[in-house]
Formats: sequence, C-alpha cells, structure tokens
Amino acid sequence: MTGEAGFIFNELMPSLLRGLWMSLGLIVPSAVLGFFLGVLAGSCRVYGVRALRWSAHVYVALFRGFPLLVQLYIWYFGLPRLGVYLSPYMASVLGFSLCSGAYHSEYIRGALLSIKKGQVQAAQAIGMTRLQTILHVILPQAVRRALPGCGNEIIYLIKYSSLAYMVTCIELTGEGKIIASATFKYTEVFTVVGIIYLALVSVASWGLGKLEDRLALPGFQYHRA
Amino acid sequence: MAKASPSEPVLTLDGIRKSFGSKEILCGVDLSIHRGQIKVLIGPSGAGKSTLLQCINFLVVPDGGRISLEGQPVDPSDRKALCRYRQQVGMIFQDFNLFDHLTALGNVEIGLVRVKKMKRSMARERALAELERVGLARHAHQYPAELSGGQKQRVSIARALALDPKVMLLDEPTSALDPELIGEVHAVIRELGAAGMTMIMATHQIGFARALAQEIIFMENGVIIEQGPPDQILDDAQCQRTREFCAKITELGGHG
Ligand SMILES: Nc1ncnc2c1ncn2[C@@H]1O[C@H](COP(=O)(O)OP(=O)(O)OP(=O)(O)O)[C@@H](O)[C@H]1O
Ligand SMILES: [Mg+2]
Repeated sequence: MTGEAGFIFNELMPSLLRGLWMSLGLIVPSAVLGFFLGVLAGSCRVYGVRALRWSAHVYVALFRGFPLLVQLYIWYFGLPRLGVYLSPYMASVLGFSLCSGAYHSEYIRGALLSIKKGQVQAAQAIGMTRLQTILHVILPQAVRRALPGCGNEIIYLIKYSSLAYMVTCIELTGEGKIIASATFKYTEVFTVVGIIYLALVSVASWGLGKLEDRLALPGFQYHRA
Repeated sequence: MAKASPSEPVLTLDGIRKSFGSKEILCGVDLSIHRGQIKVLIGPSGAGKSTLLQCINFLVVPDGGRISLEGQPVDPSDRKALCRYRQQVGMIFQDFNLFDHLTALGNVEIGLVRVKKMKRSMARERALAELERVGLARHAHQYPAELSGGQKQRVSIARALALDPKVMLLDEPTSALDPELIGEVHAVIRELGAAGMTMIMATHQIGFARALAQEIIFMENGVIIEQGPPDQILDDAQCQRTREFCAKITELGGHG
C-alpha cells in the first residue's frame, strides 16, 4: 500500500491504536472512580452532617470552578513542589476522576432530592438506620434516576480525556498530534482521530442505554427517543 | 427484657406535645393501649391525628412528653434504641410508601434482611408467608407500580407484620383507595384484630371503626376531647363538638 491509504494503515493506525488503549486506560477508571465520588459527594451534600455537607460543597465548587486543564497542571506540575510526584497517567486519572465526580454529584443530588419523603419515612418506620436508609432505599432509586445525567458526564469525559496529553500522558489525541506535526497531515490525522472518538462515544451511549434498560423497573422507566 | 404484666399497657403516651413553628399541633396528649386492644382516632382534618401517630414512632419527634413501650420509656436521642423500638411499632401510611424499586416480596423481605439481619433464605420464606397472610402470594414478584392501591396497602401491612410488631399504627389506611378496593384492606385489618394485634388507627370510615374498635378517641385541635366505646362516642357523646362531628361523618361516610 502506498499513498494516503498506506500512510493511514501503516503509520497512523498503529500509533493511534496505541493511543486508543491509553485513552481507554484513562477513561474507564476515571469514569468508575468519578461516579463513586459523585455518589459520595452528592449523598453528603444532601444527607451529610454539617461538616460533611460543607466539605462536599467546597469540593464541588472548586472542581467545577477550576478549568480542568488548570487542575491537571496543578496535579502534574504543581504537586512536585510539595514533594508529591505523580506519573502523567496518575495525574490525569486523578484530575479526571475528581472533576467528573463533581459533575456526577450534581446529577446524584438532583435525583436524591426527587425521592419522595414517604420512602424515607417507611424505611425509618421499619427500624432502618440513616445509613441503611440511604444505601438500601434512597440510592438504588436515585442512581436509576441519575443514570441519564451521569451517562452524559461519562460521554463528556471520553472527550475531555484528550487533555491528558497536555501533561505528557500520550493518549489518542497526543499520538495524533505527534504524527500530524511530523507529517503535516493534520486533516487526515485529526479526521481519523475524530472518527475514533465518535466511535467510542457511540459505543458508550449504546452501553449506557443497555445499562439503563437492565436497571429499568416498572414505575421508573422513561422513554428514550 | 421484662415481660409486661397483663394489666400493664403495651404503649403509653404521657403529655405529648408538638408545635410546628408557633402553631401548637398537639397540646399534651395522653393515651394508653393494652395488648390486643384496638383504638380508633377520629376528628376533623387538621386535628393532629397524623401528627400524633407519627410522634408515636418518632417520625415526628415530639417537643415534650413521654412514650413508653411495655413500661420502658423511649429515648429518641439513642438512635440504636430508637431503631429497635421502631421495629416493634408497625406503621401503615395513607399513601402506602412501598419501596418503589423493590417487588412486593422485596418490600417485605428488606426489613428482615437489613434490620433483623436474617439470612436471605429464611427472610424469603417469612416474607412469602406474610404475603400469603394478606392474600398476595401470587403477586410476590410484582413491583409497586404493577399493583392496585388495595394490593399496595396489603403489601405494606405485610411489610410491617414481618417484623412482629407489638403495636400497629394505621394512618387512614384506606383513604387513598377507590371505594371498591377498601373492602379488601378492611378485611385484612379485621383479621389482624381477630388475631389479637394491638392497633391504633386514624380513619374516617365510621362504620368500620364501630365494628372494629373497643374504643374511639375523638380529637380536635391537638387534644383528646372524648374517648369511649364506639356506641357511646358515635351515638351518645357527652360533648357537643363530638356529637356534631359524629353526626356529620356518619351522614357522609355511612357504613363503610
Ligand atoms: N411538617 C409540618 N409542618 C407544618 N405544619 C404541619 C406539618 N405537619 C402537619 N402540620 C399541621 O399540623 C396540623 C395537624 O395535621 P395532621 O396531619 O396531624 O392532621 P390530621 O388530623 O391527620 O388531619 P387529616 O384528617 O386531614 O389527615 C395541620 O394544621 C397541619 O397543617
Ligand atoms: Mg392525617
């Protein structure tokens, strides 16, 4: 193979595939960690005692307020000042999880607030503790309601994971950037990179849809267009 | 735990007070109930019946007064003790409050598994038995959204019964139901009474109250105005207000 096709298949794809693996390595743990952080922060904001509630508010305000790139710079370039050295990969996962968790917490909080008071009363009336009520009655319902929003955040994470190359964690966009700079084939390279993200997002939306269907309960369904 | 003597009330309320803001909703309510007794609370809307029932299991924490179960005062600031107490006091809500994410079986089972820490297989067996008792074994795997109002209320009764409560509190258990569904819930409550369950129930169903209760309590503006056997309160009350209310409600409600 020669020419454009040869370039794409022989040079571009191997690098991009390597980048894709790195991207997945960033996205999957960040999505999972971010989601659990979001559930934790959202629950603290709604049900926490004053100190917890307050800490969770500060967390969300900071991590939604600072631009993500600035957060990544702080984790990667700033922390060494304090004697903490993170690998580019660790700094990125940390940055993505914390930022993502702040957004998830907002969806979770909204869902928690939508649970009717009667559910809590019924749980208390059978002798459940506060924690049991939250874990076994409120969250199972709230997470279902938050799923569409949280899914949206995960889709968004897939795309902002491309910021990792700014702290030298070379993922999909980073690999693309390197090849493009070397070959000046910006159009070809970034078109292919874009298509790969599109594919990732499509697979994620499909998977999230499946998850929603699996968790759907009578009375909790909503109708996807 | 000391076994209560037969003469001692199961549940005693002394001077229960509750205000919301500056509005006094309960102004010192005293009440006691013996094992196997059924008492029905009646009174106009806003009298404080729901508030009183919710105070009894501390879903609303009273501002003053004392509640004792089998002679033991309950301290709501001791959370562990409060949870133990609530297991012994079943609550039935007007709008059922079934856990929407669990099947009928799951609703009955969850208290056994999470609160009583029973093994899942044993809990399942017990929960099925309770559903059987309220005539819903066939609907065990349906979710609340798939059940009729009457069925939901029966599941909520099964959920409370599974914890072997010493007293049941029922807050207008049939007011959210279509008339043709009221009967099935009344039948279950009647059977509970026949089986010796101690119950305090708020209701506007006068006919049912008359047939079921040993005592009717008329409440208004946060105080108990009058209490006594159904025939006395409903037909021959001492107090003018009680007579007026009973006349009105009998005329409206008929013999539910
Ligand atoms: N959480 C609350 N905050 C403020 N006021 C309340 C609250 N709960 C109840 N009230 C007030 O307390 C009064 C008594 O209410 P409650 O629900 O106990 O009456 P009720 O006798 O059960 O009436 P109904 O027959 O309509 O159920 C009402 O005036 C109500 O507005
Ligand atoms: Mg009421």
